[in-house]
Amino acid sequence: MLRYLATRLLRALLTIAMVVTFAFVVLRLSGDPALLIMSVDAPPEAVEAFRTAWGLDESLWVQYVKYFNAILHGDLGRSMRDGRDAIQLVAERIPATLALTLPALAIKIGIGVPAGIYAALHRNSLTDRVVMTLAVMGFTVPSFVLGLLLVLVFAVQLGWLPSGGDGTWRHAVLPVVTLGVGGAAVLARFTRSAMLEVLGQPYIRTASAKGVPWHAVVRGHALPNAAIPTVTIVGFMVGSLIAGAVVVESVFSWPGVGRLLVVAVANRDLAVVQCILLLVAITMVSSNFVVDLLYGALDPRLRQSRAGGAG
Amino acid sequence: MSLVTIRDLAVSFDGVPALRGVDLNIPPGGALGMVGESGCGKSVTWLAALGLLPGRARVTGSVRLAGDEILAAPPATLDRVRGGRVAMIFQDPASSLNPVHRLGTQVVEALRLHRGITGGAARAEAKRLFDLVGIPDAARRLDAYPHELSGGQNQRVMIAMALAGQPELLVADEPTTALDVTIQAQILDLLNRLRREMGMALVLISHDLGVVAETCDEVAVMYAGRIVEQAAAASLFARPTHPYTQGLLAALPPIDGPRKPLAAIPGGVPEPWAMPPGCAFAPRCPHASAACQARIPAHVAVGDAHSAACILAVREMVPA
Repeated sequence: MLRYLATRLLRALLTIAMVVTFAFVVLRLSGDPALLIMSVDAPPEAVEAFRTAWGLDESLWVQYVKYFNAILHGDLGRSMRDGRDAIQLVAERIPATLALTLPALAIKIGIGVPAGIYAALHRNSLTDRVVMTLAVMGFTVPSFVLGLLLVLVFAVQLGWLPSGGDGTWRHAVLPVVTLGVGGAAVLARFTRSAMLEVLGQPYIRTASAKGVPWHAVVRGHALPNAAIPTVTIVGFMVGSLIAGAVVVESVFSWPGVGRLLVVAVANRDLAVVQCILLLVAITMVSSNFVVDLLYGALDPRLRQSRAGGAG
Repeated sequence: MSLVTIRDLAVSFDGVPALRGVDLNIPPGGALGMVGESGCGKSVTWLAALGLLPGRARVTGSVRLAGDEILAAPPATLDRVRGGRVAMIFQDPASSLNPVHRLGTQVVEALRLHRGITGGAARAEAKRLFDLVGIPDAARRLDAYPHELSGGQNQRVMIAMALAGQPELLVADEPTTALDVTIQAQILDLLNRLRREMGMALVLISHDLGVVAETCDEVAVMYAGRIVEQAAAASLFARPTHPYTQGLLAALPPIDGPRKPLAAIPGGVPEPWAMPPGCAFAPRCPHASAACQARIPAHVAVGDAHSAACILAVREMVPA
């Protein structure tokens, strides 16, 4: 088990390092921040001075080594726009993003999982078809379309809720619903198919054949097995708590990490973009790690193969 | 009185008939073998009787347990019958046990449901059952998961779980098909011993005539959703009357004498949606005539407790 954990941890660190490297290379190759941040008609000496100040005049390789070394020492750089620590800029935005993504996650799980279970248990019934039709609509409609639709209905037509901005909980309602609906739809479909797969297994028939009442068969025998694949999807959703709201934050002008990312990319504010990507990589990788540990808790077959030392 | 009486049991899936009228009597403590090719309805008979078929199955007829109708009985009644009075074990023991629960937990669940035993007493009883069915190191196996045991050991666990409710009838649906031959023999011996010791009736569903011959007092041969011949095991093997039964026995390799090719029955089982009129076996039958297509042949008593559903079968064909 220890060996398994160590391998997993090493792989996680490797993934993060790769994301960091990739982001570094792509950002450096996709435009010169000096030209964007300085005005177009800035004198060449000023642009050159900017490059020197930010170390952009050095070779890519030297920049990379310096950057990586800084990260290892906990220094994520400063914003080229206002000179503040990138980590601080990003950290300020995290609560706003979580204020959207956490309630949205609750909606996804709270609606998606029960809807999927219900649909599976009433397969081919009218309810099943209605739930699945809604689910298909829910995840085929892109979030910006859904967001605009909600704005049109609830802000413009009915005037019940603000169309964007922040400040009160009322501002959060539409973006949270927009985020939640798509995820709930994905989760409903996934839970339904996981449940149907499990309900068709011989051990479900065995449980019925030994006289277990149906509700207990579902709770005690089907759900613990269907939870194994469902946890994967929930894990992805947890992993995207930080960066999963880029589009929705932009549609609703919500001052979260997502909007900071859009602005920082547009401005080639390298340190800020890299800081956000690093944060995203860390959340994704840690949530995957937790999912992996959960698998072990849920599935005795996996637990044993890990105890044996195999990855 | 019969323990289980099945009358005119029929099942169809989405309008396609799978079982076309089955009559059976299981006496208390009796052992009935049910043989036939896959799809002939031998498993469906018992899944239908116990209400274990999926919702799209349409089941008609009557299934009485000690006189009480259980077909379409309320779920609470069925839950007491299943595992409590009639237990069932299945073909593939590894996938018939829940992979995420410990074996002991799965047996204890049956003990709690049918005998109200919980806690330490339940665990002790589960261990006794494991010992009874010959699982070595029973105490430790209670905490194991299905994937840690072999197929044969898992089938023993299934049997222990079936015994937990002290059933009057155990339906074993191809219990040895997924196991290798030496394990097969051990499981059959175990079923035989338990039946004798516990006075429990046994229905053994198998496509293997040899398995049935060793274990059962009586045999029902099924073809295309019907019982075509039923008799005491000795009588059936000595004097098979229905041409299908004759064909099945002729297809068995003889243990002595010169080697010769096995006699296969020509043709295939008719598809359930394209049943011939009259006798379903007629298209493959060497003795078929135009009369076979006129109507479905009724069972004719051909001897003492020996009947066959064939127009060629006549009374006293099998001397008493």
